[in-house]
Amino acid sequence: MTRSHGPAQPARHLAAALGALALLAPLAACTSNESAPAAEGTSARLTVDSSADACTLSAAEAPSGNVVFSVTNTGEDVTEFYLLAEDGLRIVSEVENIGPGLTRDLVLVAKPGSYITACKPGMVGDGIRSDFTVTDSGTDVTPTGELAEQIEAATTNYVAYVKDQTEQLLTGTEAFVAAYTSGDDEGARALYASTRVHWERIEPVAESFGDLDPRMDLRQADLEEGQEWTGWHLLEKDLWQPAPEENGGAPYVPLTAGERTQYADQLLADTQELDDRVHTSEFAEQIDAASIGNGAKGLLDEVATGKVTGEEEIWSHTDLWDFQANIDGAKVAYDGLRDVVLAQDAALAEDLDAQFVTIQALLDAQRAGDGFRLYTELTDSEVRELADAVNALGEPLSRLTAAVVL
Amino acid sequence: MTERPETAEPAGVSRRGLLGLAGAGIAALGAGAAGGFAAARATEPPDVSVAVRDVYEFTGEHQAGITTPVQDRVHFAAFDIVTDSRDDLVELLRAWTDAARRMTRGEPAGELGTTSGPYDAPPDDTGEAEDLHASGLTITFGFGPSLFTDSAGTDRFGIAHRRPDLLVDLPHFPADALEDARSGGDIAVQACADDPQVAVHAIRNLARIGFGTATVRWSQLGYGRTSSTSTQQVTPRNLFGFKDGTSNIKSEETQAVDDHVWVQAEDAKSTSGQDSAWLTGGSYLVARRIRMMIETWDRSSLREQETIVGRTKQSGAPLSGGEESTEPDFARAGRGGVPLIDPASHVALAHPSAHGGARMLRRGYNYTDGSDGLGRLDAGLFFIAYVRNPATQYVPVQNTLARDDLMSEYLRHTGSGIWAVPAGVPAGATTGGPDGAFVGQSLFEE
Repeated sequence: MTRSHGPAQPARHLAAALGALALLAPLAACTSNESAPAAEGTSARLTVDSSADACTLSAAEAPSGNVVFSVTNTGEDVTEFYLLAEDGLRIVSEVENIGPGLTRDLVLVAKPGSYITACKPGMVGDGIRSDFTVTDSGTDVTPTGELAEQIEAATTNYVAYVKDQTEQLLTGTEAFVAAYTSGDDEGARALYASTRVHWERIEPVAESFGDLDPRMDLRQADLEEGQEWTGWHLLEKDLWQPAPEENGGAPYVPLTAGERTQYADQLLADTQELDDRVHTSEFAEQIDAASIGNGAKGLLDEVATGKVTGEEEIWSHTDLWDFQANIDGAKVAYDGLRDVVLAQDAALAEDLDAQFVTIQALLDAQRAGDGFRLYTELTDSEVRELADAVNALGEPLSRLTAAVVL
Repeated sequence: MTERPETAEPAGVSRRGLLGLAGAGIAALGAGAAGGFAAARATEPPDVSVAVRDVYEFTGEHQAGITTPVQDRVHFAAFDIVTDSRDDLVELLRAWTDAARRMTRGEPAGELGTTSGPYDAPPDDTGEAEDLHASGLTITFGFGPSLFTDSAGTDRFGIAHRRPDLLVDLPHFPADALEDARSGGDIAVQACADDPQVAVHAIRNLARIGFGTATVRWSQLGYGRTSSTSTQQVTPRNLFGFKDGTSNIKSEETQAVDDHVWVQAEDAKSTSGQDSAWLTGGSYLVARRIRMMIETWDRSSLREQETIVGRTKQSGAPLSGGEESTEPDFARAGRGGVPLIDPASHVALAHPSAHGGARMLRRGYNYTDGSDGLGRLDAGLFFIAYVRNPATQYVPVQNTLARDDLMSEYLRHTGSGIWAVPAGVPAGATTGGPDGAFVGQSLFEE
C-alpha cells in the first residue's frame, strides 16, 4: 500500500475501521454503510454526534448483527455513549472517555429489540436519551446472557489458577532459596528453572503489580544506571557465573555469603507479597474477560521478545522452560474462554486450537529429561521454527480479547 | 544522457552545471531564480523549477540540515579517524567541506566530475547521481567525544582541551541493547535528501575521499521522515502508524530555535577549564537507532496502542481532546477521575512540561534493514535530535522514557551516538585548495 498525505486518507481510515471490525466476527464482506439498514454479512454503521445539549444519531434503527456507532464528541466536555436495554437501566454496551473533538467507535453484536441510546456529556446525569430499534435481519446472534455466565466461570477459574501458581511459586522459591543460601549451588541450579515456571505462567499478572516485577525479574540489560539489581536473574548469574568475555570483559565477582542471604531473603519476601496480593478480593475484582485475553496475548509477546531470542535466561540458557510456561499460561487463559470464542468466532477458535497443537509439538521435540534442552543447544533452524510458530499463534491470540469482550 | 548546450557551461566544471550555477546564486528557496534558470535552459525539459527549488546552500551561519525542512531520506555515517596527524585531519575536513558544498549544489564531488577526467584514471565522482537533481541534499558534520580523546585516553589531535564539558558519551539507559558496531564514531556525517540515491552518493563519495584518513564505522539509511521541522510540513507517521513529533521545534519558531538548538556564546563556560567557544552557533546531535518490536505492536489492540501513545491514531489529537495541534490536557479526567491521557503514556512522559520545558529539534527517520534471523522486521526509528544542551534536553528525557514509558516495551535501542556540530562555514567563504575554509575550522584555530 502506498503512503499518501492529504485527501486520499479518509478512505484509508474507513477501510481500517472496517478491517478492525472484520476481526470481531467472520464477515463475508465489509462495505461502507453510513445509514441503516444493511444486508446480512455487512455491518450497520451509524454516526452519533454528541454535543453539549444534543445526541444526534444518523438513524434511529439498525438491523441485528454487527453494529458500529461512530461517536463524535462535538461538545466541550468529555462524553460517553451508551446503548441501554429497553428498561433504560441495563447497559448493553458503552464507550467512555471520549475527549472533545475526538471520535471513537462502539462496535457490538446487537440482538433484535427495543433499546435506548444515551449520550452523557460531562459524564453526569442520565444523559440525553432516545429510543432505538434493532430490527431482525435474520443474522444469528448468540444470546449474551449465556456467554456472560461462561465468562464469569472463566474468570473465577482463572483467579484460582493464578492463586495456585503463586502458591507453588512460593513453595518452590523457599526450597530454591534454602539451597542457594546454604551454598548448595548444584541443588539451586536444579531448582531454578522448574521453580520459575510458576512465575512465567502468570507473568502478566505479576507485571500488573508495577513494583514487584522489576524487583523480582529484572534482567541486567534492563537496569537503569545506578539502579540496584535484585531478583531471580541476579541469582541466576551467580549460579551460572560467566567468564570475563561474557561479562563485558571484567571478571565476575561472586556474591558473598551475606549478599546471597540478603538477595535471597528479599526474593522470598517479594514472592510472599505476590502471593498475598493475588489472594485479595481486590485482585479477583480486577480479573475480567479482557484482562485474561490481554494476559494471554502478553504471554506470547513475552515469548516473542525474550524467550525465542534466548535473552531471558542469558546465563542459565533455560529459556525453553520459560517458553513452555508462557504457552501453558496462555493455553489456560484461552481454554477458559474457549466456549465463548466458539460462539463468537468459531474460525478463530479453530485457528487457535491448531496453533496451540503445533507449537506444543515443537516444544515437545525439545524435551530432555524432566525439562528441556538449553537454548544454546538449539540450531538456528530450530529457533526459526519456534519463532515462526510463536508468530502463527500470537497473531490469532491477539484477537482473543475482542472476541470475548461482549 | 541529455546533451547540454556547450556554450552555457564552462567545460569540465559540472555534471549538472547549470543546476549548480543556479543553485549557487540562491540561498535556499529562491523562487526568483527559477525564472532566470528556466530561461537559460530553454532547451531542457520543463522540470527546472523543481531542480532550482531543491538546493540548500551548504554555507551559512549554521550548518544546513538542522532547521532545514526535513527531507525524505537520510544516509547517516559515523567515521573513525585512523590517523594521528592533525594536519591530515584538517586536510580531510577541507576536502570534505569542498566536496559537500559541491554535492549539495548538485555538482559532482570533485572538480573533474564523472566523465571529464583522464581516461586512465578513475573519475573523481562515482556517477550514480549524475542525472539526478540536488534533491535538497544537505550534509551536516559533527565531532564525537572520541575525536578529542580516544578510547586509550590519547589526545591525538591536540584538541582535548577544547572538548565541551557537555560532549561526553551518553550514559547507559535502562534496557539499552547497544551494539558497538552501531554506536559512537569520531565524526558523524548526516546526508539528507529527497532522493535516496543522492544521499547515498554523498556518503559514498565522502567515504572515498576519506580512505586512509577516515573509515566508516557504521552507517544507517532512513526513509519516511518521522518529524517535521517546518510548519509547512505535514506531521508524518512512524512505523507504529502514529503521527510523530507533533510538538517538535519548528524553524519558524526563531526564539525557540535559539533557546533550544543553537549553542550560545554564554554556553562556553566550563567547570574544568575547557575552551569550547568554537562551538558557538553550533549544536549537539544525538542519534539513536531504536528498533521497534513491530510484530508484537501489530498484535496490540487499538485501545492499547492509543493508550500507550496518548494520542488518537487517526488524527493525532491528544486523548484529552481537540485536534493534532491541540495541547494535551494531562489533568482532564474521564470515568472514575482517571486521566484521559495515561500518565505513563509516551506523550505525557515526553512532553516538555514533564521536563521543565526541555524541547529538542527532532529530524528522525524510519528505517528497515531487512529482517532478522527469526523472520521479524528489523525496523524502527533512526532518532536524530539537535539540542543546545544534551544533559538537560536529552538525557533526563530518555531516562524517564526508558524507565516509565508504556511504549518502551515495544522498543529496543541498538545504536547510539553524540556529536558536537560546529557552526556553518561562513557564506561567501572560499572552499577547496590548501587555504579553503572548512567545517569546524574554529576548533583547530586558537
